[in-house]
Amino acid sequence: MARVWIFGADINTDQIVPGRYAPYMLKNEDDLRKYPFIEHRPEFAANVRRGDIIVAGNNFGCGSSREYAPLALRMVGIGAIIAPLFARIFFRNALNLGIPCFTADLTRELRDGQEVELDLEQGRIHTDDGRTIQLPPPPAFLREVWAAGGIVPFYRMYGRFPGEG
Amino acid sequence: MAQTLSEQILSRAAGRPVSAGEVVTVNVDLVMMHDSLSPSIIRVLHEELGAERVWDPQRVAVVIDHVAPAASVQTAEKQAEVRRWVRAQGIAHLFDVGRGISHPVLVEEGLARPGMVIVGSDSHSTAYGCVGAFGTGMGTTDIALAAATGRTWFRVPETVLVRARGRFRPGVSAKDLALKAARLLRADGATYAAVEWHGVEFLSVMERMTLATLSIEVGAKAGIVPPTGLLQTIPEWLRVEEGARYSRVVEIDLDDLEPQVSAPHTVDNVTDLRDLGRVAVDVVYLGTCTNGHYEDMAAAARILRGRRLAPGVRMLVVPASAQALQMAAEDGTLATLLAAGATIGTPGCGACIGRHMGVLAPGEVCLFTGNRNFRGRMGSPEARIYLASPEVAAATALTGYITHPQEVVEARYAEP
Repeated sequence: MARVWIFGADINTDQIVPGRYAPYMLKNEDDLRKYPFIEHRPEFAANVRRGDIIVAGNNFGCGSSREYAPLALRMVGIGAIIAPLFARIFFRNALNLGIPCFTADLTRELRDGQEVELDLEQGRIHTDDGRTIQLPPPPAFLREVWAAGGIVPFYRMYGRFPGEG
Repeated sequence: MAQTLSEQILSRAAGRPVSAGEVVTVNVDLVMMHDSLSPSIIRVLHEELGAERVWDPQRVAVVIDHVAPAASVQTAEKQAEVRRWVRAQGIAHLFDVGRGISHPVLVEEGLARPGMVIVGSDSHSTAYGCVGAFGTGMGTTDIALAAATGRTWFRVPETVLVRARGRFRPGVSAKDLALKAARLLRADGATYAAVEWHGVEFLSVMERMTLATLSIEVGAKAGIVPPTGLLQTIPEWLRVEEGARYSRVVEIDLDDLEPQVSAPHTVDNVTDLRDLGRVAVDVVYLGTCTNGHYEDMAAAARILRGRRLAPGVRMLVVPASAQALQMAAEDGTLATLLAAGATIGTPGCGACIGRHMGVLAPGEVCLFTGNRNFRGRMGSPEARIYLASPEVAAATALTGYITHPQEVVEARYAEP
């Protein structure tokens, strides 16, 4: 089972990982795993489990281009991020790192801390109270990148960029 | 069919006519990376992508601006690594500590030019729209891929048109227009789209950069000012076309525009300064790729001339580039700022990312000419950041609370 972490709207990359905690600023870059939401939600990094899901409000990941924001989320094993709208640089970074992102507003359908099961293949969430939520499928050209595990394996496998014939 | 500027630029870069909504692979003209992300870009390029060299060392620019000069042994070491890598790769363009922020520097150096596709490891790479380029920010992996291959992919964006009419009143400037646009469009108003800024051909290139950098704060992929009235050669295929399709049009009347202030903690939390109430500040910070240009220092100096900062207020000026600093030194702008009690930092990003050179303490309030007032952006999450123009910054430095420029200008004339 995965746990749901609910976040509000306009979560920016400074809230995900403040610039002061960038790998550039750290003696040990692996320490990045300790810093997702270090100030915005200090209990997150210690309590998040592999496979947990972030369910957020509108415009998730706005702000800077720092890939270490989604990288920190990948390091703690975030299984998917669901939000009605993603800021574009964050979305590309998450895609490139192979973190599945779904465009849907589930902040009212799910509660913080709720146990759910995420079926990535079918794009479905099964909740602990017996509901099944169908997630809108991402466009096919993006699904191939996720299927490859990110843009680097995708490019190495196909020698081309997504969307190109 | 008539095209937007983004469609024109991406059509040329894709080698075929493209329009909004298509997913295309394009050639990039320039790849910019800065000290903060270069170490990770270099690692992805060599270790993950298995590339030995960048695709074209003439078309990669590396800028040490994010922590410049180095603030710790780690950052110093990583910068040394980046310099070694630049030499080993034969990269033609390294702009080291003190040259300034990537965006104005690449424009000053003539590397960013009209009609180009420029990708940078910095979200404010929309800046290159100030010369009519399609500039966009990307993360580590996308920049590594672009540097290795000279190519990237885009969904061709729809375009949101911001059309300005009239002229600014005294004390009002490009920042107020940009904040007004953020107020109308909101933080997600141009997500996945480009913004075109029309009716601003009277602005200088760096004033246009104020508009272009703030385009990312409404979510935009690019923020382009039509390249009219520039010294650069404009490709003949690049011009605003009658009948180009815009997904949304926002009109802003400059004749009526009041100084705007973005209050904590989101950029689109904008009000007219007159409606803000009395906000006392500890620090006035003039700098960044948005408003640390020569024009911005000169505008502040015009208000500060012959006067002193309010007691208890600190004013930090961090020029956006060495060239801006040089110009300010040559015409007396710098002397005016120093005489007023301001201090000067090394050209670069300064405290905009909260890493050095003016990090804020809990409870402090900063009037900032930059582009983000997110909680914790400049240091303590308990600090409060207000965004405004250089004119408002100078007026605020004189009174100690967020002040309409007209108020201190009128006070000057009222003095005996």
